[in-house]
Amino acid sequence: MTALTLKDAVIRYDRLTAVDGVSLELRRGETLGLVGESGCGKSSIARAIVGLQPLADGTLTIEGETLQEVSSQRKQALQRKIQLLFQDPAASLSPRMTVRSLLAEPLKIRGTYTPERWARILELAVSIGLGEQLLSRCPHQLSGGQARRVALVRALAAEPSIIVADEPTAGLDISVQGDLLNLLRALRDRLGLSYLLISHNLNVVGRVTDRVAVMYLGQIVESGPTAALFRAPAHPYTQALLSANLTLDASRRGERIVLSGELPSPSNPPSGCRFHKRCPFAQPKCSIDVPALQAGPGERSVACHFPLSTASVVTPQAIAG
Amino acid sequence: MTALVDLSRRPGGTFALFAVALLCLVAIAAPLIAPYGPNAIAPANRLMDPSLQHWLGTDHLGRDILSRLIFGARVALGISLSVIAISLTAGVILGIASALSPRAVDLAIVGIFDVVTSFPSIILALALVAVFGPGLGNVVLLVSIVFIPHFGRVARAQTIAIRNSPFIEAEKVLGAQSWRVILHHVTPNIIGPIFVLACMDIPVVITIEAGLSFLGLGVRPPLASWGNLLNDGYTYLDQSPWLATFSGLSLILATLGFALLGEALRDTIDPKLRRTL
Repeated sequence: MTALTLKDAVIRYDRLTAVDGVSLELRRGETLGLVGESGCGKSSIARAIVGLQPLADGTLTIEGETLQEVSSQRKQALQRKIQLLFQDPAASLSPRMTVRSLLAEPLKIRGTYTPERWARILELAVSIGLGEQLLSRCPHQLSGGQARRVALVRALAAEPSIIVADEPTAGLDISVQGDLLNLLRALRDRLGLSYLLISHNLNVVGRVTDRVAVMYLGQIVESGPTAALFRAPAHPYTQALLSANLTLDASRRGERIVLSGELPSPSNPPSGCRFHKRCPFAQPKCSIDVPALQAGPGERSVACHFPLSTASVVTPQAIAG
Repeated sequence: MTALVDLSRRPGGTFALFAVALLCLVAIAAPLIAPYGPNAIAPANRLMDPSLQHWLGTDHLGRDILSRLIFGARVALGISLSVIAISLTAGVILGIASALSPRAVDLAIVGIFDVVTSFPSIILALALVAVFGPGLGNVVLLVSIVFIPHFGRVARAQTIAIRNSPFIEAEKVLGAQSWRVILHHVTPNIIGPIFVLACMDIPVVITIEAGLSFLGLGVRPPLASWGNLLNDGYTYLDQSPWLATFSGLSLILATLGFALLGEALRDTIDPKLRRTL
């Protein structure tokens, strides 16, 4: 059963096409990772899914209902089932409100405030380590981890079925990162949530996601089950990305593949395969024909004319924990 | 309380707090502290110099100058505070509406602001009062119109600065209604600088009211407005300088007090913002 389907999504800012024909499928109860370097369109997809950015083309289907086909009232109700954890949680909390009113707000917005529901939210807040003494504080008096928890409780108070997390571990130190990821996983299992996790931190993605999609310049170049994809990437870009990942374990450290050239501007993408100018294995064909995302064995897909053999074992880089 | 201590540490802050507090106290307690009625005429005592009976002397009708100045503080504060309250409310509503509206509406509102501010405020107030007639109610309403763009522009600029910030977007994702976003999330975060502006505009309104009254277009005599007193004093300047001097001094004390308070307020708010952000 799919929780959310994004089909052929196109997102434009004026004339710049940030996302060009991306399709994603998020299954119920799973965690899907979306990785890629800065500016590849990850956050644009997150914003489009929660309704902050209109789709120029394509469709978004939430629990079987396509947003473009339902009434605007129904659309709002559906959109509310998806909550976003912002990249900077402290900035996503209204600066002059206390934690107490911030936490009560989702209930008030929906007009469902009752003492029992409020007690449940408080209970949830306390269970994830937000003590009662924090309730009268303002956002700027919270630590990074606390702000993230407040934002998380707020998102959960809206009773979503899908949570989009944009860089959920940014700005947290390693131990707090680990706590947060464990918490997210526990909440997913307890509340039956599905996650779309957006990150450039491959260690995090490798650890918590079931499947992963790799983006390059507004398009998905490869997707598949996380473990298989990390063990044997099929797309040269994925391989380079994984080889650039830092790991402390020397035995896992492979040879670093350094890409030449810079990330091209999405306003003027290269012809053919968007990656061909930086690809170490590029052939003449790559600059002419656009490779389509082809489904392969083991639920894997890759958009490459000359995919790397997934049978050969490349040293795994980012499967930690 | 800490805010008051903070304020008094600023240059001129102590003086400003003292002057404004004195003015408010005098205005509120006018009937209790004024030695005579503001309109008690005693032709025998006309144009007297300061004495123990009349601390600041008397005017051409024998009215006690101190009492008239004390009641004049009521008029000055009453008018300026009402004008600021009206123009602040209207300006904030228009400014926020402008910032959140489609471009065409925004441009229309900004255009109206520009037209109003293109005239010097005293000239525009003068013209409006000349057209619609003098009197307390008219003066308050017409001067308010002159000041609406002040607040409207600041409110618009502040709203534009925060309208796409993550905390506003977070509210939208939660499904918050527009009125809730505006009331609970936009207004509290733009209102600080607007209060500073209000403080700095109070003395301007006081002088405009005094100017209009001086020219006979403001508050009607015998109501004791500082502008009226200044006008009376000016007429009899060659016989007795006291009325003009003391009404001028009251005006200076009031405008200086509020202006310095506004500046001190701005200085205290700024670093705090930096600290919290």
